[in-house]
Amino acid sequence: MFDAQDLYQEIVMDHNRRPRNFGSIADSTSSSEGFNPLCGDQVTVFLKVSDEIVEDVSFEGVGCAISKSSASMMTEGVKGKSVEEALIVFQAFRRMLTTTSDQVEDSEILGDLEILKGVSQYPTRIKCATLSWHTLQAALQGSGSDVSTE
Amino acid sequence: MLDVEKIRDDFPILSREVNGHPLVYMDNAATTQKPRQVIQALVDYYENFNANVHRGVHTLSMEATDMYEVARNKVAKFINAGDPDTVIWTRNASESLNLVAHSWAKDNIESGDNIVLTPMEHHSNLVPWQELARDKNINIRYIPMDDEGVLDLSTIDSIIDDHTSLVSIVHMSNALGTINPVKELCDLAHSKGAMFLVDGAQSVPHMVIDVKEIDCDFMAFSGHKMMGPTGIGCLYAKKNLLEGMEPFLTGGEMVLEVSYEEASWADLPMKFEAGTPNIGDAIALGAAVDYLENIGMENVDEYERELTSYAMNKFVDVEEEGGKLFGPRNPTQRGGIISFDTPDIHPHDLGTLLDQMGIAVRTGHHCAMPLVRSLGVSATSRASFYVYNTKQEVDILVEGILEAMRYFRDGVR
Ligand SMILES: Cc1ncc(COP(=O)(O)O)c(C=O)c1O
Repeated sequence: MFDAQDLYQEIVMDHNRRPRNFGSIADSTSSSEGFNPLCGDQVTVFLKVSDEIVEDVSFEGVGCAISKSSASMMTEGVKGKSVEEALIVFQAFRRMLTTTSDQVEDSEILGDLEILKGVSQYPTRIKCATLSWHTLQAALQGSGSDVSTE
Repeated sequence: MLDVEKIRDDFPILSREVNGHPLVYMDNAATTQKPRQVIQALVDYYENFNANVHRGVHTLSMEATDMYEVARNKVAKFINAGDPDTVIWTRNASESLNLVAHSWAKDNIESGDNIVLTPMEHHSNLVPWQELARDKNINIRYIPMDDEGVLDLSTIDSIIDDHTSLVSIVHMSNALGTINPVKELCDLAHSKGAMFLVDGAQSVPHMVIDVKEIDCDFMAFSGHKMMGPTGIGCLYAKKNLLEGMEPFLTGGEMVLEVSYEEASWADLPMKFEAGTPNIGDAIALGAAVDYLENIGMENVDEYERELTSYAMNKFVDVEEEGGKLFGPRNPTQRGGIISFDTPDIHPHDLGTLLDQMGIAVRTGHHCAMPLVRSLGVSATSRASFYVYNTKQEVDILVEGILEAMRYFRDGVR
């Protein structure tokens, strides 16, 4: 008997089982790699940006359900957005996970991503959820540099 | 036969609840819980005897010094070191290993030499040697191991050779549970003129250890993995080696005579204990040794073997669901550490779900990243036992793993 429904919601489990936009993009314009040395989670984010619009985004890697579903939901959340908008979503997502209050301030910006709010109750798992986002940020800013959560 | 319920009563933390369930603590390879006797020894020291050691002529200082040295004696006896001067206090096994890498290896390993390790070393018995190898032109060699994580000694004669200056080996692997044949390897090392170091972090807490019988030159271990407090560990080394070694840290307490120009070193063991030592924790580690001796290390060993066999049998249920156990199948070649992989559920998620059931296990690479990678996974889950764990807790663990696997696979519970 256990109670972790707030963390492993049905949508999260679904993204874990069938991650969206999983794989590389042949004609990507940038990519970035992220690594969580604590648990070995590793993710690569591929981007195809043209005219400051995220035309396509995908990810590859190994990780737990939280990191995988977060990455999967992230790709759905930023595809078609402008680079600037995508960065705003990243900031909102990070805020949601690092504030302990139950309230989510940026519901409109976050949309479906709000489902991952439950992660904020599990401090050791926040990095799992933010890894792909930090990696996205690095790819968006074109630095292409590798990201580590430590 | 040992009375587990009576032992459990001595550990206040074992009666707490976690997430609404009785705590099932199975992360003993990371650190163990402390009996009331150890906690009381800390309180007693700070309430009644607190003073600096080896310095004052006043009563408190003399009493504290006595207790501190009595604790050293207890540890020396515990591992059959003989002379207590051969037991150096450190912070933990990692510091002990670094002490050897700095004080002994720097002066005794020459360009062209090699160091022999195993593929299952903890980062603490790997990185210090890598650092040394960067500074000096030396090679690190690894004894091969088979699929179960048992060392393959068939080519050992070409690995440990005349250029080997040190063989440094984990006694019990924290990531696989493998118990390595240290006596045999020590004899081999000595026959080639190499020194032999045992990383005893996981063995000293769980079995009868006799450094004289192994004949090892060095042994490193941590107090916190054997019911003692954090912040205190030990290095055992043969006396002639310690006498020939330069100090690791310098400053107060470790000197004999100091002028404005130079200093000479104090005798053993103080030469290696610069500054005010961790007096309270050393004394409490002495209490942990008393506690373990009182149970009897033969009994601890026997009980844990039985518990491990029981758990290996129970894990057949997990294997039938596609789970995979790492480490030796043969119970005589392993200790109470069960490292495993579960299909459909990542160790990290399993760890979180088990925690929701009050079960503490470790998930990740267990400070043995190259090893875990060589197993073909990015992480494993690990349950590690101590003498206070019960068969009933093993049942709870296995049932919990199965439930979590089902939940992730089918979404039903
Ligand atoms: C085999 C082994 N060696 C060394 C260490 C390092 O111990 P400590 O962290 O106490 O220095 C550990 C602890 O995890 C260990 O399991």
